[in-house]
Amino acid sequence: MSSPASTPSRRRGKRGRESNPPTPQDARSPPSQKPRTDDSTSTGDLQPMPTSPPAEAQSPRAPDALFSSPPQFRHAAIPLDFDVSSPLTYGTPSSRVESTPRSGVRGTPVRQRPDLGSVRKARQVDLHSDGVAEDVVETEQSLGQRLVIWGTDVNVASCKEKFQRFLQCFIDPLAKEDEDIGLDLNQPRYMQRLEEINMVGEPFLNVNCDHLRSFDENLYRQLVCYPQEVIPTFDMAANEIFFDRYPDSILEHQIQVRPYNALKTRNMRNLNPEDIDQLITISGMVIRSSQLIPEMQEAFFKCQVCAFTTRVEIDRGRIAEPSVCKNCNTTHSMVLIHNRSMFSDKQMIKLQESPEDMPAGQTPHTVALFAHNDLVDKVQPGDRVNVTGIYRAVPIRVNPRVSTVKSVYKTHIDVIHYRKTDSKRLHGVDEETEQKMFTEERVELLKELSKKADIYERLSSALAPSIYEHEDIKKGILLQLFGGSRKDFTHTGRGNFRAEINILLCGDPGTSKSQLLQYVYNLVPRGQYTSGRGSSAVGLTAYVMKDPETRQLVLQTGALVLSDNGICCIDEFDKMNESTRSVLHEVMEQQTLSIAKAGIICQLNARTSILAAANPIESQWNPKKTTIENIQLPHTLLSRFDLIFLMLDPRDEAYDRRLARHLISLYYQSEEKMEEEYMDMAILRDYIAYARSYISPRLSEEASQTLIEAYVDMRKIGSGRGMVSAYPRQLESLIRLAEAHAKVRFSEKVGTIDVEEAKRLHREALKQSATDPRTGIVDISILTTGMSATARKRKEELAQALRKLIQSKGKTPALKYQQLFDDLRAQSDTAITKEMFEEALRALADDDFLTVTGKTVRLL
Amino acid sequence: MPCVADWLNNPFSIVQGIFAQNVPNSDWEKKVTEYFREKLKENNATNWVPSLNDVPVHYLKPNSLVKFRCMVQDMFDPEFYMGVYETVDPNTNTRVLHFGKYRDVAECGPQQEIDLNSSQTVTSERQTFYCVPVPGESAWVKEISFFTELVLFVLNPQFYGYISASQARVSPSTSYTPSRHKRSYEEDEDMDLHPSKQKEQHLGNSGGGDIHGCVEPKRLETEASAGHHLISPNCSPPLDLNFPLPGEKGPACLVKVYESWDSFKVNDVLEVYGILSVDPVLSIVNSDERDSSTLDPVESMDTAEEQRVHSPPASLVPRIHVILAQKLQHINPLLPACLNEEESKTCEFVSNFMSELSPVRAELLGFLTHALLGDSLAAEYLILHLISTVYARRDVLPLGKFTVNLSGCPRNSIFTEHVYRIIQQLVPASYRLQMTIENMNHSRFIPRKDYAANRLVSGVLQLASNTSLVVDETQLEQGQLDTTGVHNVTALGNLITWQKVDYDFNYHQMEFPCNINVLITSEGRSLLPSDCQVHLQPQIIPPNMEEYMNSLLKAVLPSVLNKFRIYLSLLRLLDYSISDEVTKAVEEDFVEMRKNDPESITADDLHRTLLVARFLSLSAGQTTLSRERWLRAKQLEALRKARLQQQKCVNGNEL
Repeated sequence: MSSPASTPSRRRGKRGRESNPPTPQDARSPPSQKPRTDDSTSTGDLQPMPTSPPAEAQSPRAPDALFSSPPQFRHAAIPLDFDVSSPLTYGTPSSRVESTPRSGVRGTPVRQRPDLGSVRKARQVDLHSDGVAEDVVETEQSLGQRLVIWGTDVNVASCKEKFQRFLQCFIDPLAKEDEDIGLDLNQPRYMQRLEEINMVGEPFLNVNCDHLRSFDENLYRQLVCYPQEVIPTFDMAANEIFFDRYPDSILEHQIQVRPYNALKTRNMRNLNPEDIDQLITISGMVIRSSQLIPEMQEAFFKCQVCAFTTRVEIDRGRIAEPSVCKNCNTTHSMVLIHNRSMFSDKQMIKLQESPEDMPAGQTPHTVALFAHNDLVDKVQPGDRVNVTGIYRAVPIRVNPRVSTVKSVYKTHIDVIHYRKTDSKRLHGVDEETEQKMFTEERVELLKELSKKADIYERLSSALAPSIYEHEDIKKGILLQLFGGSRKDFTHTGRGNFRAEINILLCGDPGTSKSQLLQYVYNLVPRGQYTSGRGSSAVGLTAYVMKDPETRQLVLQTGALVLSDNGICCIDEFDKMNESTRSVLHEVMEQQTLSIAKAGIICQLNARTSILAAANPIESQWNPKKTTIENIQLPHTLLSRFDLIFLMLDPRDEAYDRRLARHLISLYYQSEEKMEEEYMDMAILRDYIAYARSYISPRLSEEASQTLIEAYVDMRKIGSGRGMVSAYPRQLESLIRLAEAHAKVRFSEKVGTIDVEEAKRLHREALKQSATDPRTGIVDISILTTGMSATARKRKEELAQALRKLIQSKGKTPALKYQQLFDDLRAQSDTAITKEMFEEALRALADDDFLTVTGKTVRLL
Repeated sequence: MPCVADWLNNPFSIVQGIFAQNVPNSDWEKKVTEYFREKLKENNATNWVPSLNDVPVHYLKPNSLVKFRCMVQDMFDPEFYMGVYETVDPNTNTRVLHFGKYRDVAECGPQQEIDLNSSQTVTSERQTFYCVPVPGESAWVKEISFFTELVLFVLNPQFYGYISASQARVSPSTSYTPSRHKRSYEEDEDMDLHPSKQKEQHLGNSGGGDIHGCVEPKRLETEASAGHHLISPNCSPPLDLNFPLPGEKGPACLVKVYESWDSFKVNDVLEVYGILSVDPVLSIVNSDERDSSTLDPVESMDTAEEQRVHSPPASLVPRIHVILAQKLQHINPLLPACLNEEESKTCEFVSNFMSELSPVRAELLGFLTHALLGDSLAAEYLILHLISTVYARRDVLPLGKFTVNLSGCPRNSIFTEHVYRIIQQLVPASYRLQMTIENMNHSRFIPRKDYAANRLVSGVLQLASNTSLVVDETQLEQGQLDTTGVHNVTALGNLITWQKVDYDFNYHQMEFPCNINVLITSEGRSLLPSDCQVHLQPQIIPPNMEEYMNSLLKAVLPSVLNKFRIYLSLLRLLDYSISDEVTKAVEEDFVEMRKNDPESITADDLHRTLLVARFLSLSAGQTTLSRERWLRAKQLEALRKARLQQQKCVNGNEL
C-alpha cells in the first residue's frame, strides 16, 4: 500500500499532468520522488529518462508516452505516413497496427480499455518481447531479470506467467456460485471459461479476485494496488493462452480480463484517499445514469492543402490540434474530420450507498461512476449493484486560463465490472446469494452463542424487550424469523413446499400488537409494513404501469413481492377488504403471485412470511365466542396461518404486578443499562441472517418418528368423537416449526427436542385460538372449517328437532315463522336464539324439506 | 489583549505560523485546533467572535474567524483536497510548501505554479454539511445572543475600535440598533405572501417592550444580496436555500468539517467556529464551468442543478472551514452552552436557579393559566408538555414523548394563534402548523431526496430536537385530501407515535428519529394520535381576545420571562430516577386500581401516569419520584379523565 501522500503524485506520473502545461523542467524532473516498493529499482528506473527520445522535450505529450504508452515502432507494421521521429508515434493506438508477426492474435484487434485510464492503451501480445514490454523499465541487469513497471513492483513477465498458471490450474475448492451452471467443477475453472468465450464469442473474462487471492496472495495484492498496470498484463496472458488454444477463433476484439469481488466489498463510507488508483469493489444502488457520451479517443486531421492526414489522440479531454502540416509545412491547414475520428462510449452513473450500510441519522453518500464501451447502459436507476473499478481523483481547475487550482479533487470510479445483486428477485433461482458478509470473529461469536443451552430463550427475550411477557408469542415470531428449510418437490409434481411460517396475532386493542409488528419490520432487512385499512390488492401485489416516456409497460411490485424472502407485516388485517384478502390465499400457500394484466402474464415469487394483527369485531375480545366469530375472517385464510395467537389483557394480580414493575423500570433506567441487559439488536439480526443463509436442517430419523406419533395422536383425539382433529396442514406446520427451532440451535439435524418444542408451541397457540368456548375443548375444526364440532352437532340436532316439530304438526302446507320459532323455543330445554333457528331452517331448506318465503315457511 | 485581533481577524496567519514550525510532521493540525480551543476558553472569548447568525455576510471580513449556530440540513459527499501542496516559481525555481486545510482554493503567488506532482503533496479528506439556521428559532433567541455580543463590542473599546475600523459600518449606533428597525416597502409587500412572516412581525411590534425584530436588518441585507445575485447577468432562477420551514430567512452555509464528522447527524444543532470563506473565485467557478465543461469531461459529470446546489455563489451561501464544532444540547442563550457538571460555573448557575425554582414555577403556572383563559389544569399539563423530551428509545418505542391534545378550543378564533405566540415567547424554537386542507395537500412535510440536484429537499417536518410544533386543527374544514395530503397526515401521525420521520429517498425510505414536542389544538378530539387529551374549560371569556393576550404579554416583566425560558430549557436536561420503595408503592397502587376497575385501567394508563409523574417531579426540580408526586400525578390524571367523561356525556356520541 502506498501512503496517501504518494498516491496523487503516482497517478500523475503515469497519466500525465492533468492540468499544468508541462514545462521543460517538468519533463526532466526526476521521478525519484515516486515511491518504490522494490528497492533494487530505485536507481534503475532513473536510467531510461535521459535516454528517452530527444523529441520528448518539444512535445507536451512526451512524458506520457514515456510512462505509459507503448512505443509502437517496436512492431513491424508502421504505417508509412508516420514520421518515426515524431513524438506522435508514441501515442499510436495499437489497434491500427495490423498484426504482429507470428503472434497468435493475428487479426484480432485490440480494443482500448478506457476503464483503465483515459490515455492508456492495451498492449499487443508479443510472444517475443517477453519482459521488454513497453512500460517496463529495466533495472540492474546484473541482478537477474528484475524488470518492473515504472512506479510499481510489478514484474510483467512473472506477473503474466503467474496469471497464466492461475488460469490453467485454478480449481475452485468451494465452487458454489450460481454462475457455475454447466461447469465441471473438477476441471480448471477459467480454462472452461475461455472455452466458453470461444463458443459464445464474448471476449470478456470475469475473474473472481477471491480465487486469485487463494491462488497467489502476492499477485492479488499487485492487482489491487496497481490495477492499471496489472490488468493489461492479465489481458496479455489470457489472450496468449486463448489464441494458443483456439488459433482460429474469431473474436470482435481481444479478450479483456475483468476482475471482480476485490478484497472485501467495501462500504462507500470507508473510501479514503488511500484507495485512490486502487482496485476497489463497492456496493450500492444506482440512482441516476446519464445519456451516452461519445468520447473522442482519437481525432483525425486532414490537411486542406496537401490532403496529408494525421491522427491525434485525445489527451486528458483535449486535442492537441497540429498547427503545422508536417507534409507541406502550411500553418493552420489541418482540419478535423469527424467521421473518421474514433469515439468510445461513456456514461456517467451515480451510485448511492445501500440503505442498509448507512449509519442512522446520516444521509447516504454518493459516488460517480464512469462506464465505458459495453458497460454502458448495463444498469438502470434503482438497481442494486456491486461495482468493481479503479478509484480516481482529479483536481479541479478554477479556470483553464488561470493557474489557481481549487484545492479539491473530484473523485469517480472507472467501472471494470458490474454485478447486480438483486437481478434475480423476479426470477426463481432458489439459492439467492446472500450478500451479507460475516467476518470470522462475528461467525465465531455467533457460533459461540448458538452453543448456549438457553439460546432459544435468550433470543426470544431479546425480541422486542419493551413488550412485556407474551413469551410464547415472541417464541413463535422468533421461529418465524428463522423459517423452515426450503424443499423442492417440483420433480414429483407438487412444487415447492412452503418454508415460511405465517402468524396471526389477534386480541384486544392496545395490547402492543402494532408495536410488535413495528419491531419485526425494523429487525428484518426485507420487511414491509402495511396496514390492512390502507392497502389495496394492487398495493400488495403488483401493478402494470405504462412508462410515459418509452411507452413501455413496466411491472411495479407491491408489498408482498417486495418482501420476498422477508416478512410482510400487515396491521389491521381484519379491516382489509375482501378482494385484497383473496390475494393472500395464493401467497400464503403457493408462495407465488399470478399477474395477468395488460399484456403481461407472469408469476412472481412472493416467498414471504406473513405476520398479521387483527382486532376483534367487537372492540373487546368476547371470550364466549370462537376466534372466527371474534375476528370474522374466513376460515380458508385462517387455516393458512401456522400459529394463531391471542394477545389478551390478562386480568390477574401477579401479572399486573410484574407489568407495573416492568413499565416503571422503563421510565427510570438509563439507556446504557437497557442495552446491557438485553442482546443487541444487531447481533440478533446477524444471528438470524447467518442461520437463514447457512443452516438448512433436515429431519432426523427419530424426529420423523416423533412427528408421526404426534400427528397420529392429534388425529386420535378427534376420532374418538367422530371428527377430524388434525389435517396434513398441521403436520406441515409442525415440521416447519421444528426445522426453525433446529435453525435456532444452528443444528443441521432436526432432533426430538425441536419437535417437542414445535408441538408445545403449536398446542399453546391452539389452546388460545381453537378452544371451543362452549365445551372448553381444543378443537382444530374451528379453524379449519370455521365451526367447532360440537357446534356443528348442535346445529344438526336442532335441525332434527325442528323437523320433528314440523312433522308433528301434521300436513300443513305453510307455517307462520314466528309461531314456529316460539314453538321450538317452548319445546327445547336450552336457549335458542333467532340465529340458531334460522340456521336450522336453512339446513332443512338445503335438504329440500321446506322453503322460507318472507314470514311463512312452506313445506315441500 | 494584543493578540486578539490576530486570531480573530487573520486566523490564517496563526495557522501558517504553526504550520511553518511543525511542517514535516502532521501534528500541526492538532496544534491548530488546540490553539484555537485555548483561545476560545478565555473568558467570554466566544462572544468576541462575530456570529453569522447576527451579522450579514458582507459585513464580515473574509478569512476571519466567525461562528455560526445552525442545523445540519444535508450532508454532501466527502471531498478530497490537497492538505499540503507545494508551489514552484518557474523563474527562480524556489519551492514553497503550503497548507490547503481551511481553504477552498489552493493559493499561490502571481509568479508561482502549483506543483501537482510534488512528493510533498498530502491528500486529505473533509466533509461538507449544508447548514441552515435553526428552523423556527424564536426571535428572542436571536435577539439575546445578538445583544450579548453587542455589549461586548461596547465593553471592549479596543475590540470595538478594531471592528468598526476594519469592517465598514458595524457599530451599534448605525446598523444594529433596534431603533433602526422600520418596515421597508419591500417587506410590506411580500408580507401578504407570507402569513407566517406577518406573525413574526406582529411579535416584533406588539409582544412586550424589548421585543424588536432585530433580525430585520440582516434580513434586508440577505435579501439585498440575493437580489443582487438575481440582477447579475446570465444567472439562472434564484437559488432555493432549502429551509425546512416556509418563510425562513437567514444565511445558509456550507460547513466544511475536518474532524470526526461521523459523530454529526442530520438535524443536529451545531455551533461551529471556523474561517469564513467568501472567495469570489468560488462564484466564478460556476459561471465558467458551464463554458469549459465541453473541454473537460471530468467536470461535466455533474448536472447543472447539482453544480448550482453544491457550489452556490459564495455571497449567498458562504463557506465556513471549521476549526471547532460542538453539538448543542439546547439553543437557549440564557443558559451556559454546555451543561456538564465538571464546570463549577455551570454548577453554580444551576444550583442558583434551582433555589428559586418553585416561585418561578408558580408564576409560570399563573401566566399560562391566564393564557389558557383561566384553566389551571390545562396550564399544568402544558408545563409538563413543554419540559417533555424523548430521553431514551426502547427498541422502537420512544420514551418521554408527551404529545398533548388541547381539545375544546374555540373554533375560528384567534385563541390558538395567541397560544402559539405565548409558546413562542417561552421556547427557543417553535413552529405553528395550520392544518388546513390546503396546507396538507400542498405543503411538503417529508424531506425528499432530489437525485437530479443530489440534495435533500427539506420539508416542514425536518426540525431540530426539542422544537415545539403546534398543530392547529381548529383550522381544518371538511374536504378532500389528495395523495400528498394523506402522506402528510400519516407522516404527522408517525412523528407523534414513533417520533420518527421517514424521509423519502425515492427508491426507498429512511427513518430519521426525531424529538419534537407536538401540541395539538382542536375542537373535539384530534384526528391525530396523542398521548394525552386535555379538554379546555375556559373560566374567563375575554370580550376582546387580542387585547387580552397582548396585555398579558405586556404585563410580564422581561426578567421574569427570561426566568421562564431558563426554567423550561433547564428542566428538560435533568436526570430522573425512581427509587425501589416508590416502585413498590406504584406497583401496589396499580394492582389495586386494576382490581377495582379492570376495564378502564390499562397498561396505557400506567404509562401515562408514570410520564405525568416524571414531568411533575422534574417541574418541581426533583430528580426522583416521591410518593406525594405520584399521588398528585394520579390526581391530575383523574381530573383530566373526569373532564373527558363529562365531555362525552355532554356530546352524547362524541369520542
